[in-house]
Order: sequence, then C-alpha cells, then structure tokens
Amino acid sequence: MASDNIQVSQELSRVRTQPKSLTLRISRFNPKTDSGKRFVEHKVPYEKWTTVLDAILHVKNNYDHSVAIRYSCRQASCGSCGMKINGRPRLACFTKISELNSNVVTVEPMDNFPITRDLVVGFERMFSTHKKLKPYIINPESEITPGTKEFLQSPKDVENYIQFANCIKCGLCNSACPTMATDSSFIGPQALAQAYRYVADNRDKGKDERLKIIDDSHGIFRCHFAGSCSQVCPKGVDPAMGIQLLRGYLLGFRS
Amino acid sequence: MALQSCLVNKMRESVIMKIHYGTALASIALVAVHILFRLTQGFAESLQYENVLANYQFLPYAGMLEIILILLSIHGFNGLRVILIELKQGKSYEKSVTYGCIAAMTIVILYGSRTIFMTSMGMN
Repeated sequence: MASDNIQVSQELSRVRTQPKSLTLRISRFNPKTDSGKRFVEHKVPYEKWTTVLDAILHVKNNYDHSVAIRYSCRQASCGSCGMKINGRPRLACFTKISELNSNVVTVEPMDNFPITRDLVVGFERMFSTHKKLKPYIINPESEITPGTKEFLQSPKDVENYIQFANCIKCGLCNSACPTMATDSSFIGPQALAQAYRYVADNRDKGKDERLKIIDDSHGIFRCHFAGSCSQVCPKGVDPAMGIQLLRGYLLGFRS
Repeated sequence: MALQSCLVNKMRESVIMKIHYGTALASIALVAVHILFRLTQGFAESLQYENVLANYQFLPYAGMLEIILILLSIHGFNGLRVILIELKQGKSYEKSVTYGCIAAMTIVILYGSRTIFMTSMGMN
C-alpha cells in the first residue's frame, strides 16, 4: 500500500515537473541582407510562469544566438521588449505564455516602426516626436535657486495627469495605431498622451507652446479615436482619452 | 481663390476642424428641414418637375439650398483633403491636395449656385 502511494506520488510529481512545450515562431529579418521577413520555428519548453521573453532567450541560449532582441529590466519598467505577440503589440517580459492559450506563439517586430533586425525596431522617430512636445515642466519659476520653494499639488491636481506619467515609452500604442500605419508624419498617441500629461499638470505653463505643436495637419486631429492605443498599453495609460481631452483645449471646451 | 488658399495655408488645423464639425452639424439640421419639406408634400409628388421648379423659385427655400450646397461642399472637400493627406505624405503632394480640394470645392459651389440662381430667376 505504501509503495503504491509512493509510486502514485512519484508519477504525479513527474507529470507536474515535466514542462509543456510550444512552438515559438520568430520573425527573422535583416534589412541589410534579406529581401523579406521569414519565420523560424523552435520547440520551447515552458512552465506556468514562463514569459515570452524567457522563451525567446531560451532559443537564443540553446538554438540560435543570432536572434536579435532588445530587453533590459524584465519587469515592464524599461519598455524595451515591445513586439507583436500573436498579432498584438505586447511587452515580451510582461506576457506569460500560459495566458496566450495557444501552443503556437508567433513573435514579430512591432508595426509602424522601421525594423533594425529581427525583433528590434528603431525608436528614433518616436523619441524625436516625444522630445518635440517638450516633455518637461515649463515654468519660469521652476529654476532651483535659493529662496524658491517647491510647487505644492493637491492629490486632485496629481490625479489629473498621474496615469499619463506612467508611460514607459515602449511604443506599443504607436504600433497599434491605425493612423500611424498610413500617416508616417502623424505625431502618434505616445507623444500626444505625453503632451496632455504636461498640459494637465498645474505646475506647467507651456500649454500654448504644446498646443501649437500638435495643432498641425499631421497633429492631433488625425486621430480617429480607434482606441487601440489604450487597449494595448501595458501600464494602464489611456492615450485615447488624453487625446480627446487635449482636443477639448483646441476646440474651446477646456481652458 | 488665391486669397482662399492663402487663408487655408495660414489656418491652424483646429480652425479648419472647427469649420469641418460646424458645417457637419449645420448640414444635418438643414438637410433635415429639406427632407421634412419633401415628406410634408408627399415624396413622389414633391419631386415632380413643376414642384421642384416651384421650390427653387421660393426664395427662402432657394437660399436654404444654396447654404446646404456651400456647407456640404466645404465639409466634403475638407474630408477628402484629410483622407488624401493621410494616405500619402510629402510637402508638394499635400500642397497640391489642398489647392486641388479648394479648386474643386469652388467649382462645385459656383456650378451649383449658377443652377440655383438661374432656376430661381426662371431662366430654365
């Protein structure tokens, strides 16, 4: 009887510890040498807690070290590992394989960005647009000089912009945006949400400067409110709402 | 037309879009009045040749048709401009789209106004 129990227990523990496996399809593309994207497939073992990033790193460590991927923090803070996972822009480090409910996981570089290599895309344009919108507090009294004091804000003042301050510049919103797919000059949801973050901050005095920048033929009015940007944001930012609130300033509903 | 182009080039996008939304709302209101007129007369009867001419010769109604023509032309051609500049980018392309839309809008308004004016003056 005791030996039976031991046998059952050993069998259970074997079943529990035996990792499941999936097919990981990785998009490979080197713009310098390849004419188009191709997919390579690898069988990868996974556990309940395995993330897509872990699976890609498993491939890099065991099968093909040449797969290009950008990652850093592994905790959805740095925004480096954005990619299209099973057709949807997500952070690889923040997406568990078990939540995808599929035995085949396809990873591709994000749309609406130039491909540097394989899963790595170029963020130059996103960062330059972000910079163009002056992502800092503009206030002549903000210089730290002797005698100046900190700006006091009530919790309500902070609430106006705090969710937009969570942006990690991962580019998932820009990747999901249908306008960005056709209009290469569009400012994009990331920069527009950041513009709202500073416009809504009561310490900031640069509202007019920022509104002037976004009030362009490829600016805020090219957003068609598809809302995909808000759907894919891993940090719970709602760029679509920020854009509509920002429009309110330009249309005279807000001051 | 040159003055119009100059104005559009200097206009902020928010001003253009305010006009776009305003013309949409005004068009809905006036087209609703237009449709109600058709329905109160009896739809098929109201579209008979003599009745249509009578509508044009009733000056307040002809004025309303002229306003609808202007509103819909502005709204429609600005919509077309927006679609075209979203499809393709480039300074000269965008400029030609803007000028082209203004030209097309002006032609449609002039031709439509000519029809309304001639019919209301009995020059049919």
